[in-house]
Amino acid sequence: MADAAESGAAAPGENILVAEEVTKVFPGVVANDAVNVEIRRAEIHCLLGENGAGKTTLADILYGVYQPDDGRVLLEGKPLELHSPRDAIEAGIGMVHQHFELVPPMSVIENVVIGTQARQWLDLTEARRRLEEFFADYDVEIDPEAEVGRLSVGEQQWVEIFKTLYFGVEILILDEPTAVLTPQGIEELFRILRRMRDEGLTIILITHKLKEVMDLSDRVTVLRRGKVVGTVDTADVDQRDLARMMVGRDVLMQADKAASEAGEPVLEVDEIHLESDTGRGSLEGLSITVGSGEIVGVAGVSGNGQNALFDAVVGVRHPASGSIRIAGQDTTESAPHRIATLGVASVPADRIAQGLMMDFSVKENLVLGNQRERQFSRAGILNRGQIDAFAAESIDSFEIKTPSASQITRTLSGGNLQKIIMARELSGQPQLIVAHQPTRGLDIAATEYVRRRLIQERDRGAGVLLMSEDLDEIFQLSDRIAVIYDGRIVAVTEPDATTLEQIGMHMAGASDTDQGSQ
Amino acid sequence: MEDFFTYSVILGIFVATFKIATPLLIAATGELVAEASGILNLSLEGTMTMGAFSGFLIANETGNLWLGLVGAAVGGGALGLLMAVMTATVKVNQIVAGLALNILGLGGAFFWYRSVYEEGGAVAFPTVDRFQTATIPLLSDIPAVGEVFFDQHWLTYFGILMVPATFIFLNRTKYGLELRSIGHNPEACDMRGVGIISRQYTAVIYGGVMAGLGGAYLSLAGGNQFFDDIVAGRGWIALAIVIFGNWRASWILGGSLLFGFLEATQLSLQASGVDLPYQLLLALPFLLTIVALVFNRSRSQVPLSLTIPYHRGER
Repeated sequence: MADAAESGAAAPGENILVAEEVTKVFPGVVANDAVNVEIRRAEIHCLLGENGAGKTTLADILYGVYQPDDGRVLLEGKPLELHSPRDAIEAGIGMVHQHFELVPPMSVIENVVIGTQARQWLDLTEARRRLEEFFADYDVEIDPEAEVGRLSVGEQQWVEIFKTLYFGVEILILDEPTAVLTPQGIEELFRILRRMRDEGLTIILITHKLKEVMDLSDRVTVLRRGKVVGTVDTADVDQRDLARMMVGRDVLMQADKAASEAGEPVLEVDEIHLESDTGRGSLEGLSITVGSGEIVGVAGVSGNGQNALFDAVVGVRHPASGSIRIAGQDTTESAPHRIATLGVASVPADRIAQGLMMDFSVKENLVLGNQRERQFSRAGILNRGQIDAFAAESIDSFEIKTPSASQITRTLSGGNLQKIIMARELSGQPQLIVAHQPTRGLDIAATEYVRRRLIQERDRGAGVLLMSEDLDEIFQLSDRIAVIYDGRIVAVTEPDATTLEQIGMHMAGASDTDQGSQ
Repeated sequence: MEDFFTYSVILGIFVATFKIATPLLIAATGELVAEASGILNLSLEGTMTMGAFSGFLIANETGNLWLGLVGAAVGGGALGLLMAVMTATVKVNQIVAGLALNILGLGGAFFWYRSVYEEGGAVAFPTVDRFQTATIPLLSDIPAVGEVFFDQHWLTYFGILMVPATFIFLNRTKYGLELRSIGHNPEACDMRGVGIISRQYTAVIYGGVMAGLGGAYLSLAGGNQFFDDIVAGRGWIALAIVIFGNWRASWILGGSLLFGFLEATQLSLQASGVDLPYQLLLALPFLLTIVALVFNRSRSQVPLSLTIPYHRGER
């Protein structure tokens, strides 16, 4: 990295990489509309925007994944033709994607050398030496021989970053790198990114989190609906300014929520064990209780058993031992359909794979799973009139933006997809709502809507089990916070009685006694 | 039953084991490389048949068996090229493409054979002067061992040699590492600037060439003529052996020899008139493949993107 900085012509502070009037059109969407961005040497430059604002498309253009329909990219003042990532790498530009580009069954070192070896006979000694040096330099403890698929997501991210730096790049693009990290992990990453910047690396960081922009960046470019709203020095703005630029209007930073008293328990999970196929994310004696009229937020880094807990409660998988009671009835071995009829609504994490039939119409998705109910069918024949009436009412009351109820679901935006699921699941006035990452990937308006709706349901008297990796969401919505780690609940507390840092410690596996001694 | 366990019968079984294993071994090590790149070529049966025919045709026309092997490689490689075009470039469903090519290989070889050798409604069924075993001096004089290991066809030695060669290629060379990476996660390779399509072409064409050579063993070394159903399911068995071998070269050698041994035993049993259901022995390799699949589930080395076409920019 130091070598790369010395060889460059431009001094710190000068423009190194410039996107000039870059336009990229995908079928039906203008992802980038005459975008102008100037990246200066040795700065941390954030690209901020909501989902669908065009940040990743812009980054993919800078990395040669896509070619712009119009406009051009300049590197150190000279036009740069990028036909593939290979061209970008040769020009000194590297990118770490949001979805890791790793080969799980191979070792760390094999992953690092893919595409870098000069000779046909594999020689890993040089790579091993540099890898060990790098990890020692940045205090990262990873065995170069370890199989990548067995590393934690945080460790996998280090492999991704080093893999990119191994090419000797001058410009590093990171797409949403903090999504999988604990607050402490984020702090650690930021500390190292600052150091790399001071050593001469230019860093472009894509994010939609205002706090990260404020913490880390020197300058920030805000995108909205494919257009650049503006580029500002981070020191000159605050979170509220950035939020306004991002959304185009003032944003409520806090969800309004009245105090609530928990009633009778609607969900009692007692010491359940559930082994997952992959060996990661098993439940190891997990217990949790949700009362009526309360939101229990489950905080944790992904892969600590959230999927298994969701599956066990809604009945998709059954625990090997322990018990689950919903509204006083034992549902440990019950089928999903029976659990649903007890008044359980489920909002799955992967709304496309688990929540919807993307090639069905909106109205079909609105009754999916409830099609056997008398309201919608008689003797196996669907009652189309009733379904149309229900769909029209749902589209209206949940503000689902769709040309018609017969529209194919695939064409809708993420926020509207989630609203379809919410409308369907909340239609029967459920007593228990199990929501897993209900706002992941949604824009600010849709996020606000989903959160408000969950609070309304709580006020109506429903119990809500909310699993989320977004700690702000957990703090805003929860009446009680439970931290999941390694298949167990390791701490239960109330939002007012704890801090983000404490929750972060628990998420990383520290128990209360550890904290006392620190 | 006592007659069966004689020295000569048992020695004969071991000698036959290697002969039967040869076409399986050659085709399976080729298929291993193709599958490592993420492309499942289900057309092995048809490709072997095409190789058996094109090898026979050239050998018969030129009178040179070695040119025949070149012909078999070209015939198998041509089908491999077609498979690569359909899967790596056009990106059609690999199962469908493989099954279609399989039919093309089988039907094409029979059709071509008849159009060359049919006269007045009758097929002549010509024969070639087939390969003799290559007896290795001195070593072949060792009792028993010499006959089993050092008095075999060149193609048998070649097949066995391909086991360490394939292992070294896949695990110790840059190209092999890149090929395996493509089979597991093509997107990771694309984002590293490693070209996917050219490598998949190379791997699938190589797999076709090897299947062609495996087929040629049947018409130029094991036998001396071409006929309908000459491959008789060996293509499918080679595919099963790749699975049984858990995508590892050494296990593929073991799988091929195990199958060869069971088949040879079965043939001997039938010949000696022992009253055992030989079908049981024939079915055993497939049962073992299923058992191996079940027990290897957690340690499976299957390329993670096998049969999944890659399109850039689709996540």
